[in-house]
Amino acid sequence: MTDMKVSIAGVEMKNPIITASGAFGYGMEYNEMYPIEKLGGISCKGTTLHERQGNPGPRIAETPAGMLNSVGLQNPGSEAFVNTYLPWLRQRDITVIANIAGHSLDEYREVARRVSDANVDLVELNISCPNVKEGGMSFGTSCESVETVVSEVRKVCNRPLIVKLTPNVTDIGAIAQAAEAAGADAVSLINTITGMRIDIRTRRPILKNNIGGLSGPAVFPVAVRMVREVYKKVNIPIIGMGGVSTWEDAAEMMMAGAAAIQVGAALFRDPYAPIKIIEGLEAFASEQGLSSVTELTGSVQEW
Amino acid sequence: MRYVQEHCTLIYKEEIAKGVFSFTLKAPQIASKTQCGQFVNVLCDPFQLRRPISIGGFDAQAGILRLVFEVRGKGTEWMATLEEGQALDLLGPLGHGFPLLDSGKKAVMIGGGIGTPPLLPLCRHYGRNATVISGFRSASAVILKEDAEAFGARTIVCTDDGSTGFHGFTTQALEEELKNGTYDVVYTCGPKIMMKKVAELAKAHNIRCFVSMEERMACGVGACLGCACKTKTEDGGTAMTRVCMNGPVFEASEVDFE
Repeated sequence: MTDMKVSIAGVEMKNPIITASGAFGYGMEYNEMYPIEKLGGISCKGTTLHERQGNPGPRIAETPAGMLNSVGLQNPGSEAFVNTYLPWLRQRDITVIANIAGHSLDEYREVARRVSDANVDLVELNISCPNVKEGGMSFGTSCESVETVVSEVRKVCNRPLIVKLTPNVTDIGAIAQAAEAAGADAVSLINTITGMRIDIRTRRPILKNNIGGLSGPAVFPVAVRMVREVYKKVNIPIIGMGGVSTWEDAAEMMMAGAAAIQVGAALFRDPYAPIKIIEGLEAFASEQGLSSVTELTGSVQEW
Repeated sequence: MRYVQEHCTLIYKEEIAKGVFSFTLKAPQIASKTQCGQFVNVLCDPFQLRRPISIGGFDAQAGILRLVFEVRGKGTEWMATLEEGQALDLLGPLGHGFPLLDSGKKAVMIGGGIGTPPLLPLCRHYGRNATVISGFRSASAVILKEDAEAFGARTIVCTDDGSTGFHGFTTQALEEELKNGTYDVVYTCGPKIMMKKVAELAKAHNIRCFVSMEERMACGVGACLGCACKTKTEDGGTAMTRVCMNGPVFEASEVDFE
C-alpha cells in the first residue's frame, strides 16, 4: 500500500489529483455522478472581484487531440464565491483552492484579500488567462510584471499562494523563478496555449473571440517539458497540468517534477477521468513498491 | 443522480434520409430518467469533445432511446459508421427539456430540418392535439413525418423547392396556422433565424413559446461554461446562460436572438 497523501505548501491533500480551474465549476455538477470527496482537491472556477459575463459564443472549438476555449472568465464574482459556493464545498472533505483573476493590480489585491479571508485552503493566482482583453495573461508574460503582481498579492493573501503560469512565454523557468522570488509558495503550469481555428467555408474564426486557449492531449508533451524546466529552476512545489488524461500521464508528469496534478479537458471525454487516474496511479505506485506517491516527483533520470 | 454515463448498445440503425441516421439504443438508465426535449452528450471516440444530440424518442419501460442525427462534421461522420451491436458511450439525460401542458391543450411545433427530432416526444404527449410544421430542403430530405402522424399529430411539411408539401418557410405556414387555429403553446427547434421569427409570431398571438437552443459544447453538465448563449435578465440586461444546463429549452422571451 502506497501512501497517496501529498503536501503542497504545508496543505495536505489525500491524493495528488486536483480538478483544474474552469473545467469542474465548483464540483456540484460532477458530484451528481460521484462524490467529489474522492479527489485530492478542487481548483474552483476563476473568480474575479465582481461578476463577469465572459465572451460571446461560440466559445468552444475542437482541435486534433484537444480543444480551444474562449470562455473569458465568466464567473459570479468573489461575493457569490464566498457566500454561495464555498460553504457548499466546505461541507465536503476536499482541499479547496480558490483560483483568482483580475484586470488590474487593485482588483488582484482585493479579490485575493476577500477569498483568502474566507475559508479556503490555498489560493491560485491566475496570471495566465489568454481570453481576457486586459490583465490575465498580460501579467504573466514578463518577469517584472510577475514579480509585481505576486509580491502585491502575497502581502494581502492569508493562505499559501500558488501562481498559475502561462506557457505563452519564451522562458517559463525564468518566469517561475520570478514568482518564487516574489513569494509564491507553489507554481502551477501550464495554462492553455493560445490557438486559433478557422471555418474555411465562412472564412470566419470558429471562436467569436477569434483566439482561445488550447488544452487536451495535444498540449501534454509541451506541459511535461515545461514542468521539467521549472523543476530545475525553483525549489517550491509544482502542480503540473496540461493534457493529463490517464494515470500514465499523471505518473509521467510527476516524474518530470510535479508534486500534484490538475486534470481539466479530460473530464469532457470522461467525467470519471480524475477518479480513474487516482486509482491507476495508486496501483502503479504500489506495483513500483513506493511507500509514498511523492517518491515519483522529479524521479526521471535524464540522459 | 439526474444523469449518468452509460454504455449503450446500438440495436437498430437506419438511414432515414441522405446523411440522416436514426439510432435505437439500449439505454435503460438514461431512458428511465429522460424528459421531452433533453439531450445526450455522445462520446465520439477519435475526438476530444462529445457531441450533444437531442433525444428523439425514449421508452422507460423498454429501456430504449432513439437518437436522430445528421452527418454534419467529423464526429457525426464517425457516429454514422457504427454498426448494430456496437456500443456508444452516452452522458445523459442532460439539460432542461420542454415544459408540458395538459395533453388536452393544443400545441404547435415548428422544426427546421434536423431540429425536428426533439419535437417527436412532444407528439407522443399531445397526440391528436399536436400539429407539427417541419421544414426541409426538398422532398428527399423530409424526416419523421410518419412518426409524428403515428402519435396522432397533424403534420405540415414545408420544402424550400416545393418538391413536396408547402412551398415556403415553416414560419409562413405557422403564420397561416395561427390565423386559423387556436393554440395554447408553441415549441420550436431549428436554425436560430427561424426560431427568432417563430418567437415573434407566438408573441404577436400571445401564445407561450419554448425554443430549444444549440451551441458548441464541452462538458454538457454545466461546469465549464463553454456553451453559454445570450439571454435577457429581468432587469432588462443580458446574461450568458448555459445551454447545456439552464437550457437547451428556454422560454422564447428569455432568449436574446441578436
